[in-house]
Amino acid sequence: MATRRQFIRISTVSAGAVMAGMAGFRLLASELTEGQKATMAALNKRTPTYCEVCFWKCAGWVYKNDQGAIQKITGNAEDMNCNGRFCPRGTGGVGMYYDEDRLKTPLIRTEERGKQSFREATWDEAFDYISEKIKKLSADYGPECIALFTHGSGGKYFTTLLKALGSPHVAAPSYAQCRGPREVAFQATFGQTLDSPEPLDIRDTKCLVLIGSHLGENMHNGQVQEMSDAIDKGATIITVDPRYSTAAGKSKYWLPIKPATDLALLLAWINVIINEELYDKAYVEKYTYGFEYLKEHVKDMTPEWAYGVTTIDPTVIRETAREMSNAAPAVIVHPGRHVTWYGDDTQRLRAVAILNALLGSWGRRGGFYRAESAALPEPTHPPYPVPKRTWRTEFPDLYKLADVVLANGVCDASVPDPSRNCKFHGWIVNGSNLIETLPNRANTLRAIEALELLVVIDTMPMEITGYADVILPECTYLERYDEIRTGPHRKPQIALRMPAAEPMYNTKPAFWMARELAKRLGVIDYFPFETLEEQLDWQLKDLGSSLEEMKKVGVKTFDRPNDDLFFTPGEEVEFFTGTGKIELYSTLLADGGFDPMPRYTKHPEPPEGFYRLNYGRAPMHTFGRTSNNPNLTDLMDENSVWVNPRVAKEWGLSTGQYVYLENQDGKRSEFPIKVRVTERIRWDSVYMVHGFGHAQKKMRRCYGKGASDASLITNVMLDPIMGGTGMRGNFVTFITDLVKEEVAS
Amino acid sequence: MNEELIVSGRDNLLIDPHLHIWHWPIALDLFLGGLSAGILFFAALFFILGKEGKYTAAVRKAPLIVPFLIVVCFMALFYDLRHKIFFWQLYTTIKFQSPMSWGAWTLTMTFAASVIWAVLHIRDQFPAFDWKYKWLNELENFFRKHKTVVAWIMMFLALILGVYTGILLAAFNARPLWNTSVLGPLFLTSGLAAAAATIMLAARDTEEISLFKKLTVVLLGVELFLIVHMFMGFLAGTQVQIEASELFLGGEYTMIFWIFVVFLGIIFPGILSVMSLRGYRIPVILPAALILLGGFLFRYVFVYAGQLSRWLY
Amino acid sequence: MRYAMAVDTKKCVGCSDCVVACQTENDVPIGYCRDWVVEVMDGTYPQLEIELRSERCNQCENSPCVRCCPTGSSHFAEGGIVLVKASKCIGCGACIASCPYDARYFHPKGYVDKCTFCIHRVKEGMQPSCVAVCPTKCMYFGDLDDPHSDVSVVLRKRKSKTLIPEAGTKPQLYFLI
Repeated sequence: MATRRQFIRISTVSAGAVMAGMAGFRLLASELTEGQKATMAALNKRTPTYCEVCFWKCAGWVYKNDQGAIQKITGNAEDMNCNGRFCPRGTGGVGMYYDEDRLKTPLIRTEERGKQSFREATWDEAFDYISEKIKKLSADYGPECIALFTHGSGGKYFTTLLKALGSPHVAAPSYAQCRGPREVAFQATFGQTLDSPEPLDIRDTKCLVLIGSHLGENMHNGQVQEMSDAIDKGATIITVDPRYSTAAGKSKYWLPIKPATDLALLLAWINVIINEELYDKAYVEKYTYGFEYLKEHVKDMTPEWAYGVTTIDPTVIRETAREMSNAAPAVIVHPGRHVTWYGDDTQRLRAVAILNALLGSWGRRGGFYRAESAALPEPTHPPYPVPKRTWRTEFPDLYKLADVVLANGVCDASVPDPSRNCKFHGWIVNGSNLIETLPNRANTLRAIEALELLVVIDTMPMEITGYADVILPECTYLERYDEIRTGPHRKPQIALRMPAAEPMYNTKPAFWMARELAKRLGVIDYFPFETLEEQLDWQLKDLGSSLEEMKKVGVKTFDRPNDDLFFTPGEEVEFFTGTGKIELYSTLLADGGFDPMPRYTKHPEPPEGFYRLNYGRAPMHTFGRTSNNPNLTDLMDENSVWVNPRVAKEWGLSTGQYVYLENQDGKRSEFPIKVRVTERIRWDSVYMVHGFGHAQKKMRRCYGKGASDASLITNVMLDPIMGGTGMRGNFVTFITDLVKEEVAS
Repeated sequence: MNEELIVSGRDNLLIDPHLHIWHWPIALDLFLGGLSAGILFFAALFFILGKEGKYTAAVRKAPLIVPFLIVVCFMALFYDLRHKIFFWQLYTTIKFQSPMSWGAWTLTMTFAASVIWAVLHIRDQFPAFDWKYKWLNELENFFRKHKTVVAWIMMFLALILGVYTGILLAAFNARPLWNTSVLGPLFLTSGLAAAAATIMLAARDTEEISLFKKLTVVLLGVELFLIVHMFMGFLAGTQVQIEASELFLGGEYTMIFWIFVVFLGIIFPGILSVMSLRGYRIPVILPAALILLGGFLFRYVFVYAGQLSRWLY
Repeated sequence: MRYAMAVDTKKCVGCSDCVVACQTENDVPIGYCRDWVVEVMDGTYPQLEIELRSERCNQCENSPCVRCCPTGSSHFAEGGIVLVKASKCIGCGACIASCPYDARYFHPKGYVDKCTFCIHRVKEGMQPSCVAVCPTKCMYFGDLDDPHSDVSVVLRKRKSKTLIPEAGTKPQLYFLI
């Protein structure tokens, strides 16, 4: 059966790939290696950058050895994100640069003798192909039918391009597949979203409550550092997790909660704090709205009730609530990061927000601070054309409170459907491996099948590239300029990214790609600067700096315009909510027809012989992006499935054994996964780290290693409020009698 | 449940999952070293006891192969080195606390002694041998005049060499299986037994054969005793030593050790020798070959098993 | 002068940054590591305990590796740091076999390699790479003979242990417990 678009394993060998002579071998059999000598001599020969491995964007320095090859990356001591210390992914960023499996040249899909494959192309050919297609799609269906998925710095330029063409459809999977529910929840409660990095004053907190956060395995650099500072100062950590996470190992209280019942615990805490009058009375009086409604709402949600739901002892629930209150206002109930679990996630995060509000931590030291960003001028360009249609105009009732384009929404709307008269016809995907990112892979593939254009921009041949019509190889962050980092923090701070080396092979920066496409599509006016350097220098001069200065210092910190990191006592604060106050009772949700206060709902439990699939992070990897990085695969090259010893005994499993996993819908993992029998996981769940089980043969280090949790997430629990895709409603069982097979080519 | 695991993926070549840096070259070196030491010991001993005429195989024939055995030792050791071009650094210093330094020097000096001894007896095999150079003839005469001294030195060196093969391993307290003081005498005894077996093979005189058969039986008996003693020591030792000994008491090396090394390499040839002494016709090649094979296998098994025994992870 | 390192197991999260930083700083070839992170887990769900620690060569005072090296390639440098002089190393492996911590390995070039406490950095007044990069700041380094050094201060404040002290090697890598 001829399919529109087959998955192709990248099969090009590097034609014209110039292997930098220094890449890889720089060792000498002498007392001090070249690299070590270089360390001493090169302290002045370093270039600034900010990391692109995850989204934290820590600023650092790239050092080169005597041969001029990139040697190592360290943190910039002035940077507030990392305080001079990079995390293992950032330190291992050199591996991204030296990875021989990188995309090396533009590729275009061709059909030869009934078989689809890629052929190498020049940049001109690739751009011509793309621009022709885009012009055709715009003419036939309107530019709004083209969507951009992005995760990474390149997104800015393709966003400009798309908006210039007249499409507002820019989706970041990090919204509905990750942090979206908490953005809506905090927006509804406090009138603002949390963004990245979250404005958490962890280093001064006295009590850190981690419910749905596995900080320590989740390597949010600044937060892990501050958690360590807090431990030094004697802060209490309360961890709620069905798994004994690293954070649980450092906690005074670990609440081994039954999965899917967190909302009950939160409501019980709210109940205790209200009934024992442990809340910050003055704060609640002055800044919040709806306290009486809340009190009435939670009156039956006692710890005893919660005990029956969560299996957490009511005494412990009370004790931990009092612990939080004693520490208040220097207490943080951490909002988590990846919170798309069961479809009621916005409500669960509402409970988190309400709890923080009752404890008075918002705007107080040791709680949430008020972040400030530096403001950079935008290059002047003509106003963007107004789109004739947007997803919001086409689906006014869908996910009413989502204020950004949903990745899964775009995906769904790309699948042909007779009930809709519009659909997306073209996707540009930048730095996001949608195959592993979006749950319900079958749906994603159906959508891709129906597309007329799929352009993928990436540095590695990730699975999504196998479906592309055109692949544009981007150079890594170590080989390019990018926008000035202006992320929010305690003080406004900017950071420069400049190339430490010329792009390897035939790769190019995203800025150049977007600009070249803009030329061909007649929207070059939206890219007034010819090079990014010119733009950066112009922007920096506006801030009183310059490109030259930033190249020397890497980061520059400014003073806050106002001394308002925290609320001053008695300060009149206006919150951007309907009532102008912190809404314990959410008028926004009520207006949208949703529960104004969270309510616990029971979620399906695993059937007999199945176990809930829990997934998470390892501190040495980030998403699936680093699975092939040589330095990081040295640390961890495959994931394992954590199995409780009681379960292992039942199934006859032992540590080191390989098994296949099959979920409740009969979907089986493509590759087997190693078993780890451990007491750290509950008997009703299994746990595995996300980002493995890659099916691209050209990623030689990670191909076939471990299993992909994403492929087993077929049951998606949609959050009706903002369209978040809850992924924790999947259950797996073990297939033990299959031998590890080669995947058919 | 207790779990102890390395979470950063350590997988150093030859170190993980367990140490395996030494292979058959080291086992061969230990065996041939022990064998050479034994042969030279017997040669020197019986010469000093004035039995040169009586036990010709021991004193005059068998030692002729020793230089070649030691050359093979050197070749095996050199082959095993991973930074070969600097091998000469071994001879720039003597480190008295390093058994390997002892070994390097002792082996070299033993080689010299064995060459001298072989030279002194070369005319037993090649009567018309002539050096062609006057100074070499004079050198040979010099050594012939001081043959007793040479014998004493050779005996001394042979003993050190024989014991060194065991002490080398025993000095590594990081490998609990090896870290027993019984190993030195045990390998020495094993070397002597192998030497006795070789001499038994080489001998033509019935009295000599008979003597060495008796020596073989005694030495095998002592060896067996030492092995049993060694295991008793392990089992009465620390936790790591108990675990190390379990490799041979139910673990993966149990069969190969007790059946091939102990039974076929020690007990069975011992029985054969006793029977032979009692009058049964046993071709001498049988017990001799078994002892030699058993000796090599003993060291082979010990080198490999020792690298499995450890303190951590 | 006696250099030593202390790792706070209560703060270590097992991220293994120390391993990658050492690799890039010291040209450790891919596939090898001079330091590693160990997790020890004990108990039955939910009464569990975990210890995480970053390990490397312990730069032992009574080091078996220096003792057994036949050429003197393994030697003591300043502050008691154990170094390998590659041009004296014959690659015999005795030191590797003698280390109860399995801290040494054969470099692909043939000589023996291991953690050097980044002596090239320490000489310049900097900290070893692993200590400098650790995001939780759980590693301390300094001169034990200086009562004001980081490591001396922290060892006075906290209970600590070393690994298999009964092996008799007098290790200089301490773990705060």
